[in-house]
Amino acid sequence: MPRRRDRARASVRGHRTRLVQQSGLHRVGSFWATLPKPVRTFSPAIALLAIAATYPFYLANLPSGNVPLIYSFPSIRSAVTILVFTTMAVGLNVVVGYCGLLDLGYVAFYAIGAYTAGWLASGQFQQVKFHFGSVGITHDARGIHISIWLVLLIAALITGLGGILIGLPTLRLRGDYLAIVTLGFGEIIPQFVRNADSLHGFDLTHGTFGISPIDSPGFGNTLHTAVGLPASYQQEFNADRLFFWTALGILMFTIFCCIRLRDSRLGRAWIAIREDETAAGAMGIPLMRTKTWAYAIGAFFGGAAGAYIASFNAGAFPSQFSFNISVFLLCMVILGGMGSIWGVTIAGIILSWLNVEGLANIGTWLNDNIFPQSHQIEVAKYQFGIYGVLIVLMMMFRPQGLIPEARRKREIEEGGGHGPLDDPIYEMRGADEPGAGERGSPGRQPHG
Amino acid sequence: MRRRKRPAVLSVVGLGFVALFIVWLGYNLVNDPTNFFNIFLIGLTQGSVYALVALGYTLVYGILQLINFAHGDVFALTGLVASSLIVSTFNLDETSSALMIVGGLGATFLIAMVFGATVNATIELVAYRRLRNAPRLAVLITAVGMSFIVQNISLAFFDVNFRSVPSLVPDSDVFRIGGVHYSWQALFVVLVTAPVLVILRWLVQHTRQGKAMRATAQDPEASAMMGINVNRTISFTFLLAGALAGIGAVLFLVEFNVRYDTGFELGLIAFTAAVLGGIGNLYGAVLGALIIGMVQAFNEGPFPLATKSDWTRSLVFGILIAILVFRPEGLLGERTPEGA
Repeated sequence: MPRRRDRARASVRGHRTRLVQQSGLHRVGSFWATLPKPVRTFSPAIALLAIAATYPFYLANLPSGNVPLIYSFPSIRSAVTILVFTTMAVGLNVVVGYCGLLDLGYVAFYAIGAYTAGWLASGQFQQVKFHFGSVGITHDARGIHISIWLVLLIAALITGLGGILIGLPTLRLRGDYLAIVTLGFGEIIPQFVRNADSLHGFDLTHGTFGISPIDSPGFGNTLHTAVGLPASYQQEFNADRLFFWTALGILMFTIFCCIRLRDSRLGRAWIAIREDETAAGAMGIPLMRTKTWAYAIGAFFGGAAGAYIASFNAGAFPSQFSFNISVFLLCMVILGGMGSIWGVTIAGIILSWLNVEGLANIGTWLNDNIFPQSHQIEVAKYQFGIYGVLIVLMMMFRPQGLIPEARRKREIEEGGGHGPLDDPIYEMRGADEPGAGERGSPGRQPHG
Repeated sequence: MRRRKRPAVLSVVGLGFVALFIVWLGYNLVNDPTNFFNIFLIGLTQGSVYALVALGYTLVYGILQLINFAHGDVFALTGLVASSLIVSTFNLDETSSALMIVGGLGATFLIAMVFGATVNATIELVAYRRLRNAPRLAVLITAVGMSFIVQNISLAFFDVNFRSVPSLVPDSDVFRIGGVHYSWQALFVVLVTAPVLVILRWLVQHTRQGKAMRATAQDPEASAMMGINVNRTISFTFLLAGALAGIGAVLFLVEFNVRYDTGFELGLIAFTAAVLGGIGNLYGAVLGALIIGMVQAFNEGPFPLATKSDWTRSLVFGILIAILVFRPEGLLGERTPEGA
């Protein structure tokens, strides 16, 4: 009996109440506590992953049309986009969440990734003919056609290099200047791809029409006949499912890397910089190099995600890369909790769903069921206004995010941070009390 | 030793860019003087409008060290309100009598100023004031959020169409020397901007509230101890910035169209101008705005090597990045320990 009580104590961790002790919850909790630690750590993630991975199979059985509030569940095609944007958010989390550097131009990395895929896996450069492991195209197709799997890696590396190039001149600046410079890059790169269709007569990006079609991923005919892997996604009858599972795999890989990075020497250096840049420098952390790594790695994932979604959409178009996307990704990181991988993942899935079809669906449901015919609303039109409200409310009432990372939460609550952007504007605790600044008589006010 | 050497190399490269630009200007002056002066006057007009917006950024940055992203959107919203005032409320068009136009425009200016000031100060009151002790990152992100909110307010009330006003100020020439001509519209912009800048200077330098502003900008804590009401001073700064944006918006309407998202890009350009001149420095903002106006005009002008309007935005942001790399304190700013 005493042993059982101990277990109960361990399971409910000090929040012991009579209610919990007597309930079935307590029995479940104590059973849970007997499981080995790896199982306890990984089983929720594995369960979620299983639910996510089998989504294509039970989607058809879910109710669709007029589901309360959400109207219908996202289609597989939407789910791919949702997963890819979540991947980008997890990548941005490295820059903003781990290292505390505000990046308002993450869309630039998305664009670089997408266009690298466009250059290396499409008929954009008709002047040459180069094939390397490409699938699903005829043998005499002109242009550069490299296997998408390789292109994903190349795009990620090139984007990472781009991150370093953008980072080097700007990372020594103070936080808010960094924000504005990254914003500048985020504006320059889309304009560049829009205008670079006649650089001295050379068509680099095909202007506003974008690069299309971009090759699809696949494993080629040899592997198809040998082990039954799909030869080319686009030509399979269940193409969307294949894209979905691959996107899920990329997201999982990104999350895995980010968790491992967070606990690595580099990750701890990032968090040290976020908490107190001066102290981190004094402890011997090379500030510039560490920050540049954060930038490069954040860019790496952004580039891979961008290249993948370009392949999924079979095209890269300049209109995809607006400042709004940067803010939208930032919104995911803030909503989830800066630095918290799971928080960012969940916020990413929710917000991308809202962006892809959720807001429109919610609007439809509200118009169908709540608002009268005469007062219909257009929710989707104001989506960025809604994100704006979300951002402001989060910053005011829950700056640590929905699922805060433990360390970041402590930083915010204790206010001990001295990172690049942590010092408050004014350190005057009493300044907002009424009459705080009015104590002096007029005669004692300064003249000149 | 390496530490000392790098800034020197950087500034040489930076000066090199400036020298190239001046050589290019000189070449154009000799080669095509008519267009040069025409474009110069266009740049002066554009720069004046930018100056009014850039001052708003610089004033707020000076006192709160905050990039008020919402400022450009307040500008656009005010412009939209002013356009509907002119078109719908006062019913002004080219055929109205001179008295009507003068009175209507004057009233529009006044209402736009009050409106811009109110919106700007409300944003501070609602969003930024609560975060006074929060990390800077939080305030900055809130500013981005407010920018989207204001933009969507414009969208909700004025929809996605461009708004314009009839040309109330005649487009005819004030003077014409050779091929160089100067329109009344352009003169009007400069004629409004110049006194506004003088009044602003007087406000900041010589009034009690201006002194409080400067003191708060230098050291908010010490100013509070000296009996300055810091919150009121910050509100006053936002009011001032909003009023300037209001004037700028009406002047912008004289020559251009306004839409709900006009403010975003214009705000970024104006912010670049403020950084170029040295953020926090009022003269710097005006100087930076005039330079940016010139750069834009010359880039879009009929000159060799000019990249035309497709690339203006990239050019302006390129300048912004270059300034932050080569001279982060701006042209007239002071070097601070943080490096920027």
